[in-house]
Amino acid sequence: MFSRDRWLEIFETIRKNKLRTFLSGFTVALGILIFVVLFGFGNGLRNTFENFFEDDAKNTMWLRSGRTSKPYMGYEANRLIEFDNDDLKEISSRFEFYIEGITPRISFSGNVGYKLESNNYSIRGVGPSHQKNEMTIMMKGRYINGLDIDNKERNVVIGRLVEQDLFKGEDGIGKFISGGGRSWKVVGVFQDDGGDNEERIIYAPYTTIQLIQKSTDKVGQIIISYKPEIGYGGAVAFENQLRKYIKQRKFIDPRDSRGIFIRSAASELKENDQFASVLQYIISFVGIGTLLAGIIGISNIMVFVVKERTKELGIRKAIGATPKSIIGMILQEAIFITTISGYIGLFIGIAFLNFIGDKLEEQYFITDPFIDLSTGILATVILIVFGAFAGYLPAQRAARIKPIEALRDS
Amino acid sequence: MIQIKDLHKSYKMGSNSLHVLKGINFNVKEGELVAIMGSSGSGKSTLLNILGMLDLLDKGTYDLDGVPIKNLDETKAANYRNKFLGFVFQSFNLINYKTALENVTLPLYYQGVNRKEREATALEYLDQVGLKEWATHLPSELSGGQKQRVAIARAMVTQPKVLLADELTGALDSNTSKEVMTLIQEINQNGKTILIVTHEEDIAKMCTRIVRLKDGIIMEDKKNKMIKAI
Repeated sequence: MFSRDRWLEIFETIRKNKLRTFLSGFTVALGILIFVVLFGFGNGLRNTFENFFEDDAKNTMWLRSGRTSKPYMGYEANRLIEFDNDDLKEISSRFEFYIEGITPRISFSGNVGYKLESNNYSIRGVGPSHQKNEMTIMMKGRYINGLDIDNKERNVVIGRLVEQDLFKGEDGIGKFISGGGRSWKVVGVFQDDGGDNEERIIYAPYTTIQLIQKSTDKVGQIIISYKPEIGYGGAVAFENQLRKYIKQRKFIDPRDSRGIFIRSAASELKENDQFASVLQYIISFVGIGTLLAGIIGISNIMVFVVKERTKELGIRKAIGATPKSIIGMILQEAIFITTISGYIGLFIGIAFLNFIGDKLEEQYFITDPFIDLSTGILATVILIVFGAFAGYLPAQRAARIKPIEALRDS
Repeated sequence: MIQIKDLHKSYKMGSNSLHVLKGINFNVKEGELVAIMGSSGSGKSTLLNILGMLDLLDKGTYDLDGVPIKNLDETKAANYRNKFLGFVFQSFNLINYKTALENVTLPLYYQGVNRKEREATALEYLDQVGLKEWATHLPSELSGGQKQRVAIARAMVTQPKVLLADELTGALDSNTSKEVMTLIQEINQNGKTILIVTHEEDIAKMCTRIVRLKDGIIMEDKKNKMIKAI
């Protein structure tokens, strides 16, 4: 079946029927090309989407406070709820089982200067475990540590762009910057993947911030990272218990949806996962649709090719071709053409995706579109198989047709 | 060479059946040049198709060179056709994208002959029909007579026992017809058994025997004093 003579016969047929070969090859190559590009774009869209959420640690909960909206236990509505040091201590001892790290975040902004340079930056009073929550990467020096908190040191950690703005290329470590009428020692410089704004932040020990803010014990937000091993279910249970506990502690109506707010990466993660899977469905749908169109295209071409060759096949039968050799010839030719052009389409598609790279990131949110080679090859194989199948039916009919009938029309 | 006994053939046309051949008894000896004549609808083409194993018989027996032709499936018929028979058609039926030489090699390809050998053999037969110089030409570059001679070369290349020709001059002018018939007579003189279906008296008179069919039976079967084509 795969003798050299058979191949020579097929190559000759292909060479002498260039238009026909081109048409069927083009259909397949175009089908695969479109499939690869669309699928790749879908993946690129997902890449962009995933990048948005990569910045913060996944096992994090944010506690914010606000004003109540319902009166409760003698308290009026619209009461301002604030977290303080005691809340922090109580939460961390009560929920020790769940908690990996806990830190307040006191946010404000202020003017900070060094020598003649000064600028407005957002400043955050935080604890040591904040580094993990924000996935802050230290470039040099260290982060805020426990001693800074205990001794209320005026040490700060500045973002990469803060150092760039203020020190103009000089090393900022060990130097003193001024802010709020005091001087602060720079102990570390960090970078962050979250973008430019994330690198224009100054971190200080929250206890020091409390001290200079008229010795308040308010802590602003509370950020908790829970132990990852408690899993999604544990995180949800923890979140519910935490909400109940704080509402009780702060005398907030259990039905009041305001007062405190808990945002957890766990519940967001679920939404993200759902969104990602919807995207996946859309990508798959587009992919299957394209493939289907390709299959229909190649089937049409095959029917047309066999019809066009009916007379030739009749002649071949009259001079001694067996039905098997007729079917074999048509299939082998079809598979050969689809395979070659399928892989041409595949590689043009992949080359195109590589060429796109991140050119479409800004406007169309498509980052580094790609397709797994295995997906591409699978799609090509599917098209080849269906192309062969689509060729087989008319080939079989053509092989069964009597030579006289095939030769009659002339 | 050919022995046919009590051959019947009918075609189903919807609910009706059309009885085309109604008991043909017919023998051909080796080396005969037989013209099968008849008006359209007489059954002459059907007879040729059955002889050529392009169609199946309903009733009767058909022996070709002592081999009973029966229980033919498609594959067996294809092999017999390839081995025993050569066909020449009215409309030449050359494959239009293959050169004259490639067309002639095709039956040998289906016999599994290797490429070199079949090209050498095919060239030999093209030479015999006087078209050696046209070997690399496509059918579209050949005249009608040339096409028919290529078809004859293709039919002869497997050295068949019988050559079957269906109105082989039907698409040719009278001069070209004579040329082609000259070639047929030459081949016959070399001992080949040839059957020609025709409705032209001129052509029939160039054969050694004339069989006349009418309404599915043989009306007349007589020896003929062969007239040379040219």
